[in-house]
Amino acid sequence: MNINNWLKNNTYHHSNFEDIKELIEEKEKQGLTISLCIPTLNEEKTIGKEVVMFKSELMNRYPLLDEIAVIDSGSEDKTLEIAASFGADTYLASEILPDLEPMRGKGENLWKAIYQLKGDIIVYIDADIKNIHPRFVYGMVGPLIKRPEVKYVKAFYDRPLAFSDSIRPSGGGRVTEILTRPLFSLFFPDLTAIIQPLSGEYAVRREVLESIPFPIGYGVETSHLLDVYQKYGMSAFAQTDLDQRVHRNQTTRALGKMSFGILQTFLNRLVQYGILQKFDELPTVFRQFQVKDEIFETVEFNIPEAERPPMNTIPEYKKRKRGK
Amino acid sequence: MNTSCQEILDRLPEYEKAVEELKETLLTNLIMLSEIPAPTFEEQDRNRFLLNRFTEYNLQNCSSDEKGNALGIIPGKSRDSNILVVAHLDTIYPSNVDHTITVEPDKVIGPGVGDNGLGLATLATLPIILEKLGIEFESNLILMGSSRSLGNGDIEGLRFFMENFKNPVTAGICLEGVKLGRLSYSSIGMLRGEIKYEVPEEYDWTRFSSVGAIVNMNEMINKLLEIPLPLKPKTSFILGSISGGTSYNKNPMKASLRFEVRSESEEMVENLAVRIQSLAEEMTSMTGANVRFLEIARRKPGGTQFSHPLNKVSRDILENLDVTPRLSPSTSELSAFIDKDIPALTIGLTDGERLGEIDEMINIEPMKKGIAQLIALLQAVDKGYCSEYK
Repeated sequence: MNINNWLKNNTYHHSNFEDIKELIEEKEKQGLTISLCIPTLNEEKTIGKEVVMFKSELMNRYPLLDEIAVIDSGSEDKTLEIAASFGADTYLASEILPDLEPMRGKGENLWKAIYQLKGDIIVYIDADIKNIHPRFVYGMVGPLIKRPEVKYVKAFYDRPLAFSDSIRPSGGGRVTEILTRPLFSLFFPDLTAIIQPLSGEYAVRREVLESIPFPIGYGVETSHLLDVYQKYGMSAFAQTDLDQRVHRNQTTRALGKMSFGILQTFLNRLVQYGILQKFDELPTVFRQFQVKDEIFETVEFNIPEAERPPMNTIPEYKKRKRGK
Repeated sequence: MNTSCQEILDRLPEYEKAVEELKETLLTNLIMLSEIPAPTFEEQDRNRFLLNRFTEYNLQNCSSDEKGNALGIIPGKSRDSNILVVAHLDTIYPSNVDHTITVEPDKVIGPGVGDNGLGLATLATLPIILEKLGIEFESNLILMGSSRSLGNGDIEGLRFFMENFKNPVTAGICLEGVKLGRLSYSSIGMLRGEIKYEVPEEYDWTRFSSVGAIVNMNEMINKLLEIPLPLKPKTSFILGSISGGTSYNKNPMKASLRFEVRSESEEMVENLAVRIQSLAEEMTSMTGANVRFLEIARRKPGGTQFSHPLNKVSRDILENLDVTPRLSPSTSELSAFIDKDIPALTIGLTDGERLGEIDEMINIEPMKKGIAQLIALLQAVDKGYCSEYK
């Protein structure tokens, strides 16, 4: 595949879809329904604004969304109360498919959304975005509504405030540039064209979501890209520039944990695809160091990357789908 | 109270309910408008947002004029008179300030949410609230986001409109986010000025008492404060901001002082202007530096009387909403109406705290009363209950 061609044809800017009325007409013509899922864990500071804005702009004013749901991992703050007060449907992840062994992590919420939500398209948006705007939704569902062959749309953020040269570097955060893109370059060069593979914002067709497994931790975004690529190739992807995203910055140590989780998922996929030979089970303990009274000591974190199977293999889901 | 006006007062709960039902739209407009930076003279992006909303709600003559005012008209049935509803577009915050707004169940927090994000959000939402209530007016309702209002802007946008709009305006209503209950129907005399102290490059620092701009500015301030101010007419000085110098150990070359004189008497304002000018000249001759007095803005005192029907009806409306009216003079947009002898009022829309600070906060719950007040007031003006010669 010619990466530059793919970039040219499958990379959008949110302003390409700002005619929301036109999107709605097309959506209705195709009989599509769209659900928004916001996975949360202690997000009381930003959740109110996200819900009120999407509800008012994209349900009341323009009926682009059919459902706004907050799926929570067990917040100890007022996240769910605030979300409900502004009109979102709120769920505790542990109460969806309660008979399954409980797991805790963002990927769990995303996976359970497939069961709980009704839409033909599910839009996932993180709850910690400070500068939330309707473009976060219409920018990502636009390519899915306009191009039937596109199945998975990923967000990226690129907004240079000032740049003197005509060429400027563009890319993702620290983990993307130091870990993910080097790994993609080695094993899946086509996927390097996804500018921000780890962004938490994407819109996906149900038929795709229900057919791929979900790691419940840090590896969920990476595994999605790998699995969808293996199954459908690059033509299934598109990406949209949503300009700027203002959110909490993570410490380098936190990114270390994230990289550890991603690496586990990546290596497991390499084995599954037969690219690497099967190796003994990898350890799940990640080590970092700290100094206390001039003495160095290790700090250990257990980061297992457990995985949920494709939703279309879960009996309750099959039953619910048949019932439809 | 006239029976028909009582009819308007009786509908206040219905107005509150309609606003409550459109709360999400109001809050979204509030967030989106407040997150667009709009320092005075750079209001274009907010202007565009407001015009998009006006256009979408099918207002007529949606346009931006040469001063950057955003205008839209809800046409009246008879169309022979006009009511102007104004909220200023600009804020005191520069563009590089983080304009992120936070929403909690009962409050909204962020720079400029009260001054004047909520005023603008009310303008942007008013057409659909009126549509929901099925309210139509006889008069045209002109909705205006006014530009260049604050500081050096000196209400330039609204003044421009009032100079160039050729049709009669029955009344003006100025919207301010905070504080619910506020009724300003008179303007006090005001002079806004800046004193700039600049030491010339070729200045002789060996000269006796060459101490730089800050010490001399200090002396200037002492002289300003020595000016006797009368108790009647009430007159006051506000020294609002001071700046000068660049480091710890260099004699400062420049200093500047911003201040405002307020007085019930126009003559007193003029006397003080003459006095400050002569003080600046005196300092120039004493120090050899260039001391200039710049007049940034001046407003005439005036307005309507306490007993004017517009004011009386406004108080009745607030009392029916269980809100205590708080009467205070204003130096804001109101004076552009006063200059044209048009009855006008500034009203507040909700309660808030920390006005003018980055974490300015306004309460959500009282907004419905604030906007119900506006709708009732517009109806009362439209039906002629606020005119002196009905």
